[in-house]
Amino acid sequence: MTDTTQEKSQTIMTHDDDLKKRRENSLLSVQNLKVWFELRRLGFGTTGYVHAVDGVNFDLDYRETIAIVGESGCGKTTLMKSILALYQPTEGEIYFEGNPLSELKGYQMRQYRSEIGYVQQDPYGALAPFMNIRRILEEPMIINGINSKQERKDRIFNALEEVKLTPPGDFLEKFPHMLSGGQQQRVVLARAMLLEPKMIVADEPVSMLDASVRVEILRLMESLQERHDLAVIYITHDLSTVRYFSERVFVMYAGQLIEKTLIEDVVHDPKHPYTKALMEATSDPDANNALHYRDVPPGEPPSLVNPPKGCRFHPRCPYKIEGLCEVEVPPYFKTKPDQYVACWLYKDA
Amino acid sequence: MAADKVLNVKDLKLFFRTTKGVVRAVDGVDFTLERNRAVVIVGESGCGKTSLAKAILRLLPKNVDTYSGKVFLNDQETMKYTDEEYRTKVRWVKMSMVPQAAMNSLNPVLKVGDQVAEPAIIHNDMSKEVALQQAKKMFQQVGVPDDFINRYAFELSGGMRQRVTIAMSLMSLPELVILDEPTSALDVLTQANIFNVLKRIKKELGVSFILITHDIATSSELADDVAVMYAGQIVETGDASRFFDCPLHPYAIKLMDSVPRLRAKQEPDFITGKPPSLLNPPTGCRFKDRCPSRFERCDEEPPTYNIEGRTVKCWLYAKEGTNHND
Repeated sequence: MTDTTQEKSQTIMTHDDDLKKRRENSLLSVQNLKVWFELRRLGFGTTGYVHAVDGVNFDLDYRETIAIVGESGCGKTTLMKSILALYQPTEGEIYFEGNPLSELKGYQMRQYRSEIGYVQQDPYGALAPFMNIRRILEEPMIINGINSKQERKDRIFNALEEVKLTPPGDFLEKFPHMLSGGQQQRVVLARAMLLEPKMIVADEPVSMLDASVRVEILRLMESLQERHDLAVIYITHDLSTVRYFSERVFVMYAGQLIEKTLIEDVVHDPKHPYTKALMEATSDPDANNALHYRDVPPGEPPSLVNPPKGCRFHPRCPYKIEGLCEVEVPPYFKTKPDQYVACWLYKDA
Repeated sequence: MAADKVLNVKDLKLFFRTTKGVVRAVDGVDFTLERNRAVVIVGESGCGKTSLAKAILRLLPKNVDTYSGKVFLNDQETMKYTDEEYRTKVRWVKMSMVPQAAMNSLNPVLKVGDQVAEPAIIHNDMSKEVALQQAKKMFQQVGVPDDFINRYAFELSGGMRQRVTIAMSLMSLPELVILDEPTSALDVLTQANIFNVLKRIKKELGVSFILITHDIATSSELADDVAVMYAGQIVETGDASRFFDCPLHPYAIKLMDSVPRLRAKQEPDFITGKPPSLLNPPTGCRFKDRCPSRFERCDEEPPTYNIEGRTVKCWLYAKEGTNHND
């Protein structure tokens, strides 16, 4: 037992050192982030907490794209909203260019929010139905003090041209319901780009769109990222779209990042049993798929009110080690450069 | 008769009246389904997939303008039945459906067991006790613990609710089940588990399936045959292995190219433009405005050609194919 503990602290040390190196130059740094929501019982105090995000660490460099992959209810959206400073962390801190978010006040907070663009999941829900496209796009600029009418107009035209809604004049007076789903998502993208952000947070930007336009929107995001040197956090449940978009992938399960790796390693060499299951469950169009059953673990993600002790995947895990997995929380083990896995199977790596 | 056909649809049409005019949601659809096979109907949203399911099962809204064509179930013409005959002889007896977003279609104030048992009580004259026993059996079949029959829908997760609706569709042991986007709102692991259930049901109960979806990658989990739908018409049919290897119709080729692949290094493509309005579909081929291989003849309505057991509705195959209707 002492052996494991020693080993554990060593692994944590190396991981911490790696993190420190990255943190110095990073755009965004999330440290030991915990976001818990209180469960109240008719005003008689707290009955428990929903541990929506429970100890998340990562750093994002300038111009870097990362993807966060996980099932619904694993805390992806809570993590994203904490980054957008819409939720207060229960514990831990988020640093943007070295400044902790919790200390930003009034004007600084507005400044911070203008540096990050937000692409919502459901474009129709994200656009006010009673505003035309001109007003939708003008509003963030008015709020952020771009007072010259001419400048606002120029920026709107540029943004619309960039998302390929051309000629822009045709779209300005339209209302969201007059546009197709793909066009609506372009307006959302244009709005996110208007204030020239340094980072874009995209929450399942294509999951509500038709298969035929998904790729188009992803390509558009890719070209915007390249042209404006953006950092992007791409949140999704669909592994197959990740590959065309980002290098680093974080796999999230029950409020924690259980594997941090490169997309190529997810595809060819997944380590964590949950990542393996995700790979197995994602199909490519192939008629042979119909011939055999998929080898996926049964059951569903645990409740985040009382998450399982130890590794949170152990009740579903086919490779569970008795007496270890359900007792102790696995630390990150470095299995390769740029691959960290929170799983006891790799304790000797 | 070469093969045992469960369903044969001929020139099925379903038009709706709206304030803007007549929407030609299903416009002359032909296809057949052999016993114990699964056909996948793929297409973009708004191409009439769900309307086709409703037309086959005769679940029509009030604003129907035209409803015509022929639907043969086991060589029986069902279009001749009156609504009452259809209700007692076909719907939920021979054919049932798992509707879109089915997990939200359970009644919140009834126990799920009672809901699942209901079709058997009504259609198969079972007593409630027998029907509940049958419901338990079906729950086991779809992988729901059988004591769940006393629970309410809100006590179950999305995946469990979807399994319950599948159990409900199987209650009267139908020959054909229509699945409308059965997994699109579910997580990937749950999705894979549900497809495992469907594969097992197909093998053990010998049910045939029509699977309606826009997700080609996951549809391949169940597909024996594929039918591609575009703007109210079926533009290509064929068996799944040949379709996934090499689709024929330009739309089907584009559609296959737009699927992001996880394992193969292939850049996905997208289809420019948008599908035509079904209020006023273009004359001739309906895909011509988005088609990369368009030529003069596309202004005429293309016939359906037979090519080695597959059908394709495109002028490009005028030389190789034989006309389907000859």
